[in-house]
Amino acid sequence: MPSLISLADVRKVYKMGDVEVHALRGVSMTVEAGEFIAVMGSSGSGKSTLMNIVGCLDRPTLGEYLLDGREVSRMDRNALAEIRNRTLGFVFQSFNLLSRTSAVENVELPLLYQGVATKERVKRSVEALERVGLAQRLDHHPAQLSGGQQQRVAIARAIVGRPKVILADEPTGNLDSKTSVEVMALFQALGKEGITVVLVTHESDIADYAARVVVMRDGHVLSDKRQTPKDAALAVATMPSPDAEVSV
Amino acid sequence: MNMLHTLRVALRALLRNKMRSFLTTLGMIIGVMAVIVAVAIGEGAKAKVEEAFAAMGSNLLIVMPGSTSTGGARGGSGSQPTLTWDDMRAISDEVPSVRYVAPVLRSQAQVMSEDQNWTTSIQGTSPEYFLIRSWGVARGATIQQSDIEAGAKVVVVGQTVVDKLFGANSDPIGQVVRIKNVPFQVIGVLTKKGQSAMGQDYDDAVYVPYTTFGAKVQGGLKNYLNGILYIGANSNTDTARAETQITNLLRDRHHVQGTEDDFFIRNLTELANSQQEGTKTMTTLLNVIAAVSLLVGGIGIMNIMLVSVTERTREIGLRMAVGAKPRNILMQFLVEAMTLSTLGGMLGLLLGVIGSRVLASSLGWATLVRPDIVVAAVAFSAIVGIGFGLYPAYKASRLDPIDALRYE
Repeated sequence: MPSLISLADVRKVYKMGDVEVHALRGVSMTVEAGEFIAVMGSSGSGKSTLMNIVGCLDRPTLGEYLLDGREVSRMDRNALAEIRNRTLGFVFQSFNLLSRTSAVENVELPLLYQGVATKERVKRSVEALERVGLAQRLDHHPAQLSGGQQQRVAIARAIVGRPKVILADEPTGNLDSKTSVEVMALFQALGKEGITVVLVTHESDIADYAARVVVMRDGHVLSDKRQTPKDAALAVATMPSPDAEVSV
Repeated sequence: MNMLHTLRVALRALLRNKMRSFLTTLGMIIGVMAVIVAVAIGEGAKAKVEEAFAAMGSNLLIVMPGSTSTGGARGGSGSQPTLTWDDMRAISDEVPSVRYVAPVLRSQAQVMSEDQNWTTSIQGTSPEYFLIRSWGVARGATIQQSDIEAGAKVVVVGQTVVDKLFGANSDPIGQVVRIKNVPFQVIGVLTKKGQSAMGQDYDDAVYVPYTTFGAKVQGGLKNYLNGILYIGANSNTDTARAETQITNLLRDRHHVQGTEDDFFIRNLTELANSQQEGTKTMTTLLNVIAAVSLLVGGIGIMNIMLVSVTERTREIGLRMAVGAKPRNILMQFLVEAMTLSTLGGMLGLLLGVIGSRVLASSLGWATLVRPDIVVAAVAFSAIVGIGFGLYPAYKASRLDPIDALRYE
């Protein structure tokens, strides 16, 4: 069985005027289904570029990228949109929720572009919100939610389309430490359900919750290690906090 | 992504900036309103002219005696009667496109009732005259064929004359009036027709049989018709043909040689048409103004859509990230622009109709709001929305999702 994500000598070169910037200088790696992998590295290490390519938001200059058995590195914009829509889910540092729009309507966005009928769409959106522990906040607008709740709406949006891979770009960057661990617990739980999570972070204590850590530097993979992840659910339970409302 | 949802998203985006959306649509509102009012005025003016000419008579041609030249001195129009009674009968019998022919002999004279007098136009004519002018009686009857044959001393009077001789709201049927000292019995009162476009009072006249006119009012020449002929053509489209046919017939009968006829034919339908040209020019001018304001309205929409695309760059990036294809984004902004312009168009339509009504009542015009113009105005405003929304929407659809997501 082929790997879910398979990168072979992927290179990315940007042209900034006359200067060529080599963001990725030949990255090869594979990720299996259900893996929880953290990508680390300082800024300029190429981790964001790698993330964009893995997320089908960008195409490599050279190299091969097989996602779920399909060569996606030469697909056009429409085909890539289709892949992002059905195979991938995104979680961003700044949540990127639509303001003045209810949680349900935010979550149903990917289904809208899949052409799912209204009734089914709402049903699945509500299920996704229940899954992230926001059953009581269906009609709340982002402004009425805390940062952690907003990020969980975003996670619900990422999983509603039943993707194979969730790409999380600094998902805890705007959250306090307790909420961050809660979000990690959610990702770990999703991993147990067979969803692959690729997480970009520069915080090593967040990377501790991943089973595999890839460190990038200067467009290369510096190290790629497997580890025993910390149990986030357990960590949440031991953290002192007044509002332990997540149940995963 | 279905259309209904796209529309909902568009409406929500527009409602988020109510004031801005309203000001943007103002251009469309004014433009469409201008179109509706301009067309209503144009149509109203047209109807007004048509009404004026219909009052003169439908499909009307007037044949007038021309001038004769004697030894190089030309006498001018009507200087000598050139039309004969036989000409009249020939036109009636031989010209197929003519339905009615009526002689009109005119004289100015004093008409006296028992205690009043009034100088008015005495006209000798035939029953066909009233058919040509589609003029009926309010009381009594018009002149009959039997009156013509008998040379009956009967008179049909206009409303103004009734007012002057007998007082308003009186019934003069059966009364006797004297014209040039000859007693005439009043047999009918014509319905009120009002004024001509020139301000002439149609109701200030009395009508007697042309035979009686010749014998008692103004002695004429035996064979010559000392007046003019009213011709009613079969239809509006037949007037030009009737004109040619009558011209040919009279030329033949009068042995006209060369180019100068001894009669004139006035085609009132043609006159009406040339009058319409004037109102067309005015309508065209108003339409140009309306088109310019629609153009300005369209530019306003384009401007605000460009602002909207910039403002919502992150939203566009997010939508692309979760699977929106370029055409989904294009559609979203196109629908938004179209919604904006169509709402403006409909509001403008409403105001335009109200404006036309106000104008109608203040000018006393029958301004008409044509349904086809209403449909065209709304359709056109939607097209303006698409036209001017296309560039901003295209711009949005071409955004790079990575840049768009990172946009601050």
